Amino acid sequence: MNLQVVQLLQLCLNGIAIGAIYALVALGLVMIYKATETVNFAHGDILMAAAFVGWALISVAALPFWLAALVTIIASAGLAYFLESQVMRVIVGQPQFAGAMLTLALAFMIRGAVSMAFGPTSRTFETPWSGHTVHIGPLVIATLNIVILVAAIGITAALYFFLRRTKLGVSIQAASQNQLAAYLCGIPVKRLNSMVWAIAGSMAAVGGLLLAPIALVDIGLWFVVLKALAALVLGGFGSIPGAIVGGLLIGIVEQLAGVYLPDGFKDVMAYLVLIAVLVLWPRGILGEAHGRRV
Amino acid sequence: MRFPYDTTYRDPQKLLRYPVDWLLYGLLTAVLMAAPWFLPRYYVGEITFIFIMCVASLGLMVVTGFTGQVSLGHAAFVAIGAYTHALLMTAGVPFLVSIVLAGAFTGAVGLLVGLPAIRVSGLHLAMVTLAFSVIVEQIVGRWKSVTGGFTGIPVPPPNIFGFDLGAQKPFYYLCLAVLVTVLGALINLLRGHAGRAFIGVRDSEAAALSLGVWIAGYKVLAFTMSAGITGIAGALFAHHLQFVTPEGFSLLLSLELVMMVMIGGLGSLRGAILGAVFISLLPTAISATKPFLPARISGQFGLEIFVFGLVLALFILFEPTGLNGRWIKLKALFSAFPLYRRDMLRRGKTYMRSERYR
Repeated sequence: MNLQVVQLLQLCLNGIAIGAIYALVALGLVMIYKATETVNFAHGDILMAAAFVGWALISVAALPFWLAALVTIIASAGLAYFLESQVMRVIVGQPQFAGAMLTLALAFMIRGAVSMAFGPTSRTFETPWSGHTVHIGPLVIATLNIVILVAAIGITAALYFFLRRTKLGVSIQAASQNQLAAYLCGIPVKRLNSMVWAIAGSMAAVGGLLLAPIALVDIGLWFVVLKALAALVLGGFGSIPGAIVGGLLIGIVEQLAGVYLPDGFKDVMAYLVLIAVLVLWPRGILGEAHGRRV
Repeated sequence: MRFPYDTTYRDPQKLLRYPVDWLLYGLLTAVLMAAPWFLPRYYVGEITFIFIMCVASLGLMVVTGFTGQVSLGHAAFVAIGAYTHALLMTAGVPFLVSIVLAGAFTGAVGLLVGLPAIRVSGLHLAMVTLAFSVIVEQIVGRWKSVTGGFTGIPVPPPNIFGFDLGAQKPFYYLCLAVLVTVLGALINLLRGHAGRAFIGVRDSEAAALSLGVWIAGYKVLAFTMSAGITGIAGALFAHHLQFVTPEGFSLLLSLELVMMVMIGGLGSLRGAILGAVFISLLPTAISATKPFLPARISGQFGLEIFVFGLVLALFILFEPTGLNGRWIKLKALFSAFPLYRRDMLRRGKTYMRSERYR
């Protein structure tokens, strides 16, 4: 194979790995959006907090990786459950904007609390896969990237199974399609909404634990929520498969922009895509047709 | 209680209707005019900064509070106004022309950003503006030949007809004058035809459309005006900083502006001013309380952002109408003094309302 093609493939693979994380975050966002009609701007900060907790458990408390990951995921799910059941529920019935602003406020609080607890320095932690690579033909792939991809596919598959095949999952779908009807059928809508937040929170924790070894454990990790929003918009707002497709595409586009476009485009590519899609093609790739209720 | 008793058709149109308004606003004017002469230098600078933030907050209030278009990226307009003004001033354009041009140019950019507002609304527009803000921040940081990159560019002192306004006291009065002008213009605009159209678009697009309001036009007009006013605030901000660098216009400034209008109370100009004063004073208040906090907390750098989040959350949860709503309630309590009932100010219960497409 010639060098150009190899480079392109290599970039796409890296992009898919990063994109898988964006997709995980976007999945959490879209689940929360479908259940409670709020765009959770605090999602990135939950992810960031999880990365810091993971770092503390692995590097300071010296727990084994898997145990630390489990504790982090449970803690993050608990935090998200608490936020929905104790804070977000208070403003149910107020305009959508109030909900978005409240999540922004929560994001500030989490960010402030994390930076008060851990300080502004960035750090890194060891995973079982750090530093290993796999060679496939001329391609070199970090094992971590494969793990990320496998984890993302696994979580998506588990989520699909959960939402389609289990009673709880079907109730969640029912509640997010029509809350009142679901409530009248005896579905505990309030508890389910909190549970959706908890599931999304645990997915954010996985994202944080996987992203931290690539980026750094840093306050700036919350920025991933903006990339995930771009992914959501590209895939079609409110569509679960769209979130995955959009996440992967944004990851790939970013990597390609980093190499083939002038310096600086890598950082803003996701936002350019967001604006372009919203202006030119608001439905996105897999979005539902829009109809406005009067 | 006060019962309006009008004797001419002009009476209800007066900005200051009652003698007590004349007294209170006159007092406020007198205090503000006299302030630089007896306050310490540091506080004069702080108040000047608050004036500038008030102008920016008023700009955002037009689009978010009155037209219902959420913008999470107004720091971008502050930045564009500041850089345009700095570059024009450096090129030798007189101050008054330069500040108007800076406002006009920012308004033109706002027009470009506002055009999507016709197609996308609500949270989608919030995302477009958020993305726009991040992009502008990057452009300003990277376009070294024009903006000087992260080293920034110096801003020449303001100067009108040979009078140097760069010193602290003249600049204070300059900012006050701009604030009063913008406020007066907005009061008159918003109680006129355009303002009613804005509010109509905010409350129900369908109803506004059926009354013959050109929705797309008014949305874009609101966005353009808002950007222009914010650009003027940016021009003043450039003088306040004296040296514009990209750090001053980060996402945090956008969010602070949104907090100003949220905490002040959406849909009221008084709210925009109260919110701007409150949010601008908050960092000072936080650093003033630091000596009383345990060193473990006060020494950390996340305290400020934590308190910002806390204040915003508390306002959204317990006082969604903001400082302006609290002010109106207090006034109602006092004016009805012995006659209020216990549940007079109790909030009604709200239920889930779907804004989903069906």
